[in-house]
Amino acid sequence: MQIPYTVHARPDTGLFNAKLGVWLFLASEVMLFGALFSSYVLLRTGAPSWPHGFEMLNIPLATLNTVVLITSSITMVMAWASLKMHDFAKYKRYIGATVGLGFFFLIIKAFEYGAKFSAGTYPSESTFLAIYFTLTGLHGLHVVGGMIVNGYFWGPGSKMWHTEPERFTNRIEVAGLYWHFVDLVWIFLFPVLYLL
Amino acid sequence: MAHVAATHHDVHEAIHHAEELSFWRTYVFSLDHKVIGLQYLITSLLFLFVGFMLMMLMRWQLAYPGQPIPIIGNWLGEMNAPGGIMLPEFYNQLGAMHGTIMVFLGVVPLAVGAFGNYIVPLQIGAPDMAFPKLNMASYWTYLVGGMTMLSSFFMPGGAANSGWTSYAPLSVIATTGQTVWLIAMVFLITSSLLGSVNFIVTIVQLRAKGMTFMRLPFFVWAQLVTAFLLLLAFPPLEAAAVMQLMDRLAGTSFFMPSGLVVAGQILDVSGGGSPLLWQHLFWFLAHPEVYVLILPAMGIIAEILANNTRKPIWGYKSLVYAAIFLGFMSFIVWAHHMFLTGMGTVISAFFQTTTMIISIPSVIILTAFFISLWGASMRFNTQMLFALAFLPMFGIGGLTGLPLGLAPTDIHLHDTYYVIGHFHYVVAPGTIFALFAGVYHWYPKVTGRKMSESLGKIHFWGSLVCMNGIFMPMFIQGLAGVSRRLYDGGQQYAHAQEVLQWNEFMSIAAWLLAIFQLPFIINFFLSLKRGRKVESDNPWEATTLEWATPTPPPHGNFVHPIEVYRGPYEYSVPNHPTDFTPQHVPEPAKA
Amino acid sequence: MSETDSPEEIKKHVRVYVNVFVALMGLTVVTVAISYLHLSVVPAVILALIVATIKGSLVASYFMHLINEKKLIFATLILTGIFFAALMSLPLIFQNDKFY
Repeated sequence: MQIPYTVHARPDTGLFNAKLGVWLFLASEVMLFGALFSSYVLLRTGAPSWPHGFEMLNIPLATLNTVVLITSSITMVMAWASLKMHDFAKYKRYIGATVGLGFFFLIIKAFEYGAKFSAGTYPSESTFLAIYFTLTGLHGLHVVGGMIVNGYFWGPGSKMWHTEPERFTNRIEVAGLYWHFVDLVWIFLFPVLYLL
Repeated sequence: MAHVAATHHDVHEAIHHAEELSFWRTYVFSLDHKVIGLQYLITSLLFLFVGFMLMMLMRWQLAYPGQPIPIIGNWLGEMNAPGGIMLPEFYNQLGAMHGTIMVFLGVVPLAVGAFGNYIVPLQIGAPDMAFPKLNMASYWTYLVGGMTMLSSFFMPGGAANSGWTSYAPLSVIATTGQTVWLIAMVFLITSSLLGSVNFIVTIVQLRAKGMTFMRLPFFVWAQLVTAFLLLLAFPPLEAAAVMQLMDRLAGTSFFMPSGLVVAGQILDVSGGGSPLLWQHLFWFLAHPEVYVLILPAMGIIAEILANNTRKPIWGYKSLVYAAIFLGFMSFIVWAHHMFLTGMGTVISAFFQTTTMIISIPSVIILTAFFISLWGASMRFNTQMLFALAFLPMFGIGGLTGLPLGLAPTDIHLHDTYYVIGHFHYVVAPGTIFALFAGVYHWYPKVTGRKMSESLGKIHFWGSLVCMNGIFMPMFIQGLAGVSRRLYDGGQQYAHAQEVLQWNEFMSIAAWLLAIFQLPFIINFFLSLKRGRKVESDNPWEATTLEWATPTPPPHGNFVHPIEVYRGPYEYSVPNHPTDFTPQHVPEPAKA
Repeated sequence: MSETDSPEEIKKHVRVYVNVFVALMGLTVVTVAISYLHLSVVPAVILALIVATIKGSLVASYFMHLINEKKLIFATLILTGIFFAALMSLPLIFQNDKFY
């Protein structure tokens, strides 16, 4: 017996297995980042003083990063849409763009971190910096993870399009859900850390 | 039952396909949920054994403080026990590691990873878990995490020694073993997350035709709720573990308050952190974790009671709704572990209220089980003995939780031996009894042989008496005010003097408990070769789907897709020729 | 997203995606602009969270197709939301309700 509903949806739930799986995973990620946001709130409200984001961090650079990530989200969903329209060449361009934009995000981040470290500003210096580095660091690790997955689907993983196109399209949808979530976290992270 | 069992040819086909894989792919890196379940079983039983050994060492120190440990004392090394006499630092390591190993490496992997993995796909009529590769990944991540955890004993300064609760700021300034503990926890939590996604998707998506949610065996419901608890409660602890690692390795002050002085020196950290933050994040997981410990056990008890009373479980719907409600409430009671941290009255009232409310579904479940015994045609095999004993033992554990959940009484009892007695009653003669019962019950399906009833009965009675011998006096000691985590068992305290005598009694009970596990271990291994072979695929005459497969189930479980026609506990249906009606057997058309 | 969506259907969705993208860019500008007003903490936080929530909802509803998604997914997310709210709020109430 084969495992059912790996490609086609189960009628009563309307879902294929991996889609339910990834949403459950994202729910757990909400709790993970939620714990860090909760820690941020507790530490900030319990502190006698707390610096403003704009005093400590590079807002123009982070704004650029926000634009980069949002753009990568639309290229990601367009990659999936291209597959639904059976346009493999377009898919390749869009998923490639997504990976490229992710890379760009990380480079900007590396620049930000580098500037901090070379000025001798480390996480150990204050709770603001501690939570800033931890939140953005964990988010950055999630970006790296997403890029590895998307890179695989741009490269060797894309072979599946030729043998099992529907299953492959589902995989891109699932990878997209994860990638959008990474964007979503940044959408909250950016104002909370940088602008408040 | 015979007609749906595959023909010999079909079974042979299924097994033959599996045999095409190499030894490594079949037994080590298998994708089959049954093999993975057995891997979890062996690994978790070994870890339980290690955790048990640690406790026995501790109990020597508690019974005979300052006395050299016979024979074993010489093997512990000068750093831990010079001259065979246990140092307080080593006692603390044993305590922290005993708790950690039992909870995270022993009981949960056994209840969820072993029993859950093996039985759930079978009971819902599925060929495997939804994501077999993820399943394999979660086992190996667990093993790596477990080995990492044990390796902390070999770190300079020894293993983690800040309790299984790892409270800051002590844990932040503790020895290297604590860092290893945190890294191991990250692996274990990851393993758990991968597993919980798998369980939920499997139960929701892979139920066989006709297996509606309200026809699921209670064991499956219990595993479903448990999976949600693991999915949503563990991530905050993962975040907290990362933050504590940052505090230890990057010098941050997430949990380090300002102005901390250690050994006369002001600590060189930025300060501004909150030790309470750690407690919130830790207990946000650790409270749902205790329901993770008990729910699968309750699921196993339901299966065994129904099967050995030859009646449906009373109140199936109540059980299901109670389990769901229990799971939900478990997320909003956590601060009852923090009543003594300077909590205000408003928030204290909130957590006391939610804690009292959460006792209701537990009582509903236990009551349903008790009522299920009424009018039963009882069969007293070994698994039934353990299941019957579970009921009053869990009752004691649960009732002793009540004064802990109310702040006024908790002020007196917090961090005393009363707490240790309470939670050991629920986990030891509670959960572990249920897990033993599960082993005796499902052994014939996995191996095709029954375990010895005589050895089983010795195991049962010995364990029951000894466990009560260890844990009942703890309530006495706790009420007298003896604190937990004291390396000398309270010897230095005037208020403890009258109850110290119990220490030796409890320790002897503990060592006897170890001896009474020997019949179990012998039984387990001997029965593989010498146990009585079962005459059918369904030796206990049970109704649930796992008994509808060949013995042992082949790769893919059900050689033909299976269909379900009724609920899980159709025993003693009036006017029925047999006293049980399996779920998958269509009734013949009425004349 | 139904797996039976035809390529024509998908083209309609593409238009939606582009509109959402433009909205997100605009809202990003709004977010940064508000920050330059240097409001006091409470209104700053409220405004920032409102804008972030709108942006997040757009990503979730349209890029992640949540607006067409099945009940089961919604139920899981609502459950998660409740526990997320508990994790955010209860420790904060705890911190403010001091015994001493």
